[in-house]
Amino acid sequence: MSFVDIIINLLSSLELNYTLTLLLAVVIPGLIIFLLMTVNAIVAVYMERKISAFMQDRLGPMEVGIFGFKGGKKFWGGIGQTIADAVKLLAKEDIIPKDADKFMMILAPFIIFIASFITFVGVPLSENFLISNFNIGVLYILAMGSVGVIGIILAGWASNNKWSLYGAMRAAAQIISYEIPIGLTLLLPVIISGGLDVHSIVDWQLENRWLIIHSPFTFIGFFIFFVSGIAETNRVPFDIPESESELVAGWMTEYSGFRWSLFFLSEYTNMLIISLVASFVFLGGWGSPLTLFNIIPGDYMYLDGPMWGLFWLLSKAVVLIFVMMWFRWTFPRLRVDQLMYLCWKVFIPFSIANMLFVGMWEVLF
Amino acid sequence: MSDSKLIDNSNINTEDMVLNMGPQHPSTHGVLRLKIHTDGEVVSKIEPIIGYLHRCFEKHSENLTYEQVIPFTDRCDYLSSMHMTHAYSMAVEKMLDLEIPERVEYIRVITAELQRIASHVFFIGVFGLDLGAITPVTWMFKDRERIIDLFEMLTGARLLYNYVWPGGVSHDIPEKFVQRTKEFLDEFEPKLVEIDQLLSTNKIFIERTADVGVLDKDIAINYGVSGPTLRASGVDFDLRKKEPYSIYDKLDFEVPVGKGEMGTVGDSWDRYNVRYLEIKESIKILRQCLDSIPEGDVHEALPRKIRPKKGTIYSRYESSRGDVGFYIKSDGKNIPSRVKMRSPAFSNLCILPYLSEGWMISDVITILGSLDIVLGEIDR
Repeated sequence: MSFVDIIINLLSSLELNYTLTLLLAVVIPGLIIFLLMTVNAIVAVYMERKISAFMQDRLGPMEVGIFGFKGGKKFWGGIGQTIADAVKLLAKEDIIPKDADKFMMILAPFIIFIASFITFVGVPLSENFLISNFNIGVLYILAMGSVGVIGIILAGWASNNKWSLYGAMRAAAQIISYEIPIGLTLLLPVIISGGLDVHSIVDWQLENRWLIIHSPFTFIGFFIFFVSGIAETNRVPFDIPESESELVAGWMTEYSGFRWSLFFLSEYTNMLIISLVASFVFLGGWGSPLTLFNIIPGDYMYLDGPMWGLFWLLSKAVVLIFVMMWFRWTFPRLRVDQLMYLCWKVFIPFSIANMLFVGMWEVLF
Repeated sequence: MSDSKLIDNSNINTEDMVLNMGPQHPSTHGVLRLKIHTDGEVVSKIEPIIGYLHRCFEKHSENLTYEQVIPFTDRCDYLSSMHMTHAYSMAVEKMLDLEIPERVEYIRVITAELQRIASHVFFIGVFGLDLGAITPVTWMFKDRERIIDLFEMLTGARLLYNYVWPGGVSHDIPEKFVQRTKEFLDEFEPKLVEIDQLLSTNKIFIERTADVGVLDKDIAINYGVSGPTLRASGVDFDLRKKEPYSIYDKLDFEVPVGKGEMGTVGDSWDRYNVRYLEIKESIKILRQCLDSIPEGDVHEALPRKIRPKKGTIYSRYESSRGDVGFYIKSDGKNIPSRVKMRSPAFSNLCILPYLSEGWMISDVITILGSLDIVLGEIDR
């Protein structure tokens, strides 16, 4: 049962016009995804600011509040900061350079935004909170995840700026390369559970065990997936396309205001998507972690169920997002060739071998 | 595949792309402009263009009295202004044949070594920033801030001190200065381990710096490279040891030399590590000085009027960036006839085109960062 199905059932009981029903079934989930993306960006940016401040012995934003509430003088101050930032971004002047390709430059942010937007359709938040349940779920996520790179190349090319061009070329090379290990590691759950869609992967894990502890090879697979995912979202230590100290701001050098905020929004959405996918593929999806250890007797203590499912899946994703932020504020950045080396000479051979070994493991045990 | 019949590349015209890095760029350390000829990511030629911060220091000096030149020297290397005033004052003292009180020399060495720590700590933070690690810079600024607070207590200024004068220093040290400096050192020394964990032994950091921009011994000497950059190439040359000035011959310290622990001798990692080790040596020197600082009057030897005899003088000083030289020509007036400063960072920057050829754009940033230049000093 997916979210779209629920809405269609609900609307058909109201006996509306067929076209209107379909339209609403598209518009309502779309609005919900957009809301989710916005809320995620606002929360994640605040989280990022506070985590970086914590790691760098600073306080972070402390002043801006919402409705007169500043969050106190403790660590959780300045909770209105990201909202103020968002308002500032939307109100900023939108600059398009004279020599830029205007049409493509306007088009590029929307492609990037739409790519992360439509990827969300196949990503679950809980057992029933899945916008649409494809029978090729994982494949869909993979395919849509790689659309964004077109927008990046467009943005870099259309800006007519050398820094942007460098950033775009680096991004193209990086994202296309890291698609491969991601794809290969996402095949592991498919091999093991025997299904491509979200439900069969998670149900298999709930019946047996989480994939990350299923075998040593899936354990390695999780790390390959997660690190490649960080590379896919262009974050430190793989933030080569926008490397601030080298390429000024990479492919988004010439963007400002609303268009730039779309880049920002999709970056944080991609983070959430990668974390959610990692959680549902390797970390047991909406299953409660308490089921891992059979300490407490009785079913009622496992905190399972639809609402708890949402809670657990989001918690797992938030933990992974925290790890990404932790990386960002700890590591220096790799060089382009080292990044490519890591992908083509380490991750891809390992994930191919991994696939082989996982297959053997499944036959033997 | 180059001689393949299917694709004939011979009649395709390719040319290098010229990339203007700077003067406004996040990691050109001020207003350096680099004209980079690139073939894809690989740098084929690089031309540093300087002069965006030229303030006519040397020409100004010809119209000012010897005392009035001191604040100008402060502004040359604004990250180690104590060193610059010290170097200039030493040159003037050499002209006047002044005998400096013991206490003044101790105070000068204390300020110089504190300044060296401040400058190197700043370098480590900014070098991390160049490589994409953002946390070191905030940690390092916190420590540098404490040194600057000490200087503020001492001189009243935070960056440009005008503290060391020919013949003495402007003020005696305040009452609690020695104690506070000791407290700072006790807190700072254990914290250096954090830097080790965050940068020196970080796998990505080593990947990015080891074997990158290897500077050979002979080439370093031929280009006139000095300071930590020279010592990283394995040359044991420190003016504090080789031509001891002030009281450095009485002090017990070692000169760290690049050993190529992570790669080749003279790579960027060595240049980083030499500075890191120099912080430890400076702490050692500071502890010795703070324990044995003698009593005395710091204004005792201040000359009433600076009017050197006719002649020229050249004096050298080991600043945190290298060998600072002051050439002063006097024609018997109270105004110098010519002041020429040998800028260590200028000579160090000259090596950049040689080092970065054939490396990638990211490595140019690494190499430039590891040379630790200050544009105020290069442009003067």
